[in-house]
Amino acid sequence: MRLINLSGDVNFMRLRIPALVLSTLLIIGSIVSLATNSLNWGLDFTGGTLIEVGYDKPAKLSDIRRQLTSAEFEDAVVQNFGSSEDVLIRIAPRDGVKSNVIGDQVLAALRAGGDNVEMRRIEFVGPNVGEELTEQGGLAMLTALLCILVYVAMRFEWRFALGSVSALAHDVILTLGLFSVLQLEFDLTVLAAVLAVIGYSLNDTIVVCDRIRENFRKIRKSEPTGIVNTSLTQTLNRTIITSLTTILVLIALFYKGGALIHGFATALLFGVIIGTYSSIYIASSVALALGISKEDLMPPQIEKEGADQDSLM
Amino acid sequence: MLNKNSVWKVLIALLFVGLCALYALPNLYGEDNAVQISAGRNAEVTEQMVSQVEQTLAANEIDPKRIEFEEGQILVRLTGSEDQLKAREMLEKALGSDYVVAMNLAADTPQWLEDLSATPMKLGLDLRGGVHFLMEVDMSEAIDKSLEDAEGDFRTALREEKLRYRTVTQRDNYIDIIFRDQDTLDSAKFFLRNRNRDLEYSEPGNLTLRATFSETKLKEIRDYAVKQNITILRNRVNQLGVAEPLIQKQGADRIVVQLPGVQDTARAKEILNATATLEFRLVDQDNDVRDAVAGRVPPGSQLIEDKNGRPQLLEKRVMLTGNHIIDANNSVDEYGIPQVNISLDSEGGNKMSRGTRGNIGSPMATVFIEYKATGEKNDQGKLVFEKHEQVISVATIQAQLGSSFRITGLDSPKEARDLALLLRAGALIAPIQIVEERTVGPSLGQENIELGMQAIVYGLAAVLLFMLIYYKAFGIVANVALASNLVMIVGIMSMIPGATLTLPGMAGIVLTVGMAVDANVLIFERIREELREGRSPQQAIHMGYDSAFSTILDANVTTFIAGLILFAVGTGPIKGFSITLMIGIATSMFTAILLTRIIVNAVWGGRKVKKLAI
Repeated sequence: MRLINLSGDVNFMRLRIPALVLSTLLIIGSIVSLATNSLNWGLDFTGGTLIEVGYDKPAKLSDIRRQLTSAEFEDAVVQNFGSSEDVLIRIAPRDGVKSNVIGDQVLAALRAGGDNVEMRRIEFVGPNVGEELTEQGGLAMLTALLCILVYVAMRFEWRFALGSVSALAHDVILTLGLFSVLQLEFDLTVLAAVLAVIGYSLNDTIVVCDRIRENFRKIRKSEPTGIVNTSLTQTLNRTIITSLTTILVLIALFYKGGALIHGFATALLFGVIIGTYSSIYIASSVALALGISKEDLMPPQIEKEGADQDSLM
Repeated sequence: MLNKNSVWKVLIALLFVGLCALYALPNLYGEDNAVQISAGRNAEVTEQMVSQVEQTLAANEIDPKRIEFEEGQILVRLTGSEDQLKAREMLEKALGSDYVVAMNLAADTPQWLEDLSATPMKLGLDLRGGVHFLMEVDMSEAIDKSLEDAEGDFRTALREEKLRYRTVTQRDNYIDIIFRDQDTLDSAKFFLRNRNRDLEYSEPGNLTLRATFSETKLKEIRDYAVKQNITILRNRVNQLGVAEPLIQKQGADRIVVQLPGVQDTARAKEILNATATLEFRLVDQDNDVRDAVAGRVPPGSQLIEDKNGRPQLLEKRVMLTGNHIIDANNSVDEYGIPQVNISLDSEGGNKMSRGTRGNIGSPMATVFIEYKATGEKNDQGKLVFEKHEQVISVATIQAQLGSSFRITGLDSPKEARDLALLLRAGALIAPIQIVEERTVGPSLGQENIELGMQAIVYGLAAVLLFMLIYYKAFGIVANVALASNLVMIVGIMSMIPGATLTLPGMAGIVLTVGMAVDANVLIFERIREELREGRSPQQAIHMGYDSAFSTILDANVTTFIAGLILFAVGTGPIKGFSITLMIGIATSMFTAILLTRIIVNAVWGGRKVKKLAI
């Protein structure tokens, strides 16, 4: 059984220009959205109080809001979380008020209504901890990209390094853009997912680059574009199968993993699809645009000592 | 002939998988409801207590599953949560307040596995419920306090050396000493430089000598403040009777406290913030202890028991409280007798020298005071604390004491060590503040585990099925590799002592399951390519493995780098995720390349094969 049976190469690179245009537009869109909408930063980053409570019957959000307003929590964000019985409440940090008291006050306010409320989770994060995390997360991502750049440049060639890192940056920006456009909550688990997208997309890109390098060395006469097409065609089956198995698992995580890792699964699902696309189009297109050629990828000739002298025997 | 296994390679690989499987095994056994008995501050849990526990339980018709004595703790395994509640109540009553009886879930690992020190994976708070606090130590306070001490020290030292100064003032992070003339300044500078090497001196002009802490000294102050606060917190957490608390330094000035199983955050916070202090008081020598014990306690005195239960009659007047103690450490004197060296801040030094001047030759007692929660609440809903006082040492004052002195008259070096620790722990050098607090309910933790497991099972089933249909016989090989991969991840996670499984970590495992097949897909696709190009099955297998190897290596090394950076930079969930990711990459490379090769060689290698089922 084969997924896709192809005779001859697929001319992937014919769509190079449209793909680059599309990606550029998406990146611009993402950046604009990030600049205007920003991200819906979760508690980990903003600081504040998060309370997850469980009711024994479907909860009425409007009642909860009213109860909280009368307890002077007008700014509380109240939403369902996972099921209709579970409710998530977010409250911004307050000046002066001992922040760790807030949780108890909110619970008391909800219980005052006579409902049977079970505390499931309370998190309180000071605003300065959040600031630090934003810095740390950004730093982690930049360091990761830099180290990858250096490794690929050493193992392959600088054009490939730039190509794969642009593909990674592309995936990260688009994933962040998605979260910004849809205003999905961006918390620490989502950050971990974005970092995992880097790992996955990198894995994918390296496989493609590896094949391009091999074919440049193996195939005698061909245009760079042709070699890239051949390589992409050869790795297409693998690319699709691996993406497919990963997506299968992520779908299981999305539907079965529970509300707490919903964001994580969303980011990865999107990231894996984008990452697959980017390793086909972005990485190789950038390498081609930078003028990758056969000579760049030949293994360095080691000059043997005395090779230029006539043999004595 | 191509594709033959070498015996040692097979052996090593199987041994490795077997070892991981063995260490993954404890995770299959469940947990027992247990009660854990540990010692309070001045008691010790001994093996002899086991029979006392047995008798107590038998008297109350509780039948324990097993009673274990280990590392100064007794663990009573019970058959149900009802027995657990009852047993705790009974044991608490029978053993008294010197012991902490805590409810616990103990892994039901069989003895033979425990002998191999195989234990199940540690679960993060998000998976088992509990409280997590992130506390910050107020460093400016710690540095201020050290500066104050240095300031007082300057005054005394300069006076003793007869170097006349105009003023000594402490500012934000430096001390200015103003002199009357340059000559005194120069000699003072020379003198102080030799005396206080921790400080750096400069002359900003106007006959001023400015002293600032050196970078190394500042780091030392910070490290010390964190370390000391950890000691205090550990002492206090012990009072809570939490089964497996985690108290850990994070970053330069933060402390993480995790109390699994604790739900009452208010109580936890009150106890963490509760204080333990010390007092130094003179022993009342004018009155007889026996009279006091008989009920005639003189008005200016108080009866306090020492650690052996003997009453001591002390003056009510407190010579010095423990919050003046900056440091305490234990050593031995020239005759090998244990002693505790104490340093006081400048105010404490003054008080001490005033208090001891007229009392040379008199005995002085060190009293340890702590506030224990009674578990009851008052009308305002606040916890009621009980004051406990105890004499921990009585020593004779040999000479007038200053800001540093020593306590002798201790029985053993161990006692000296404990006392030094207590003295250090009693005094908070810098206040701590809770900056982050997370509580996860026990039902939510349980739910998280179940949902995570479900996701793993469904995801794994989908991938296994897909591989089987798509690669047929070779799909089975890949699936064996995938299953062993999962077992190996669990085994290695259980082996690493610091590794904790968290929800993002579980997600990391799920992701690895999806991605782990990649290496096999790469190899199998290569084999198919080689077959299409007309190579014989044996050659195709050989070439397929050979040429896919460098690709797999490159792809995985780069991803591993990403994981490594996450681990180095990240905290909390990111760290948990990166650990599973890195382990997953390593094991998936091992299983997908080495293990499948061994199976493929064993099945198809070394014989004539017409067609491959791939």
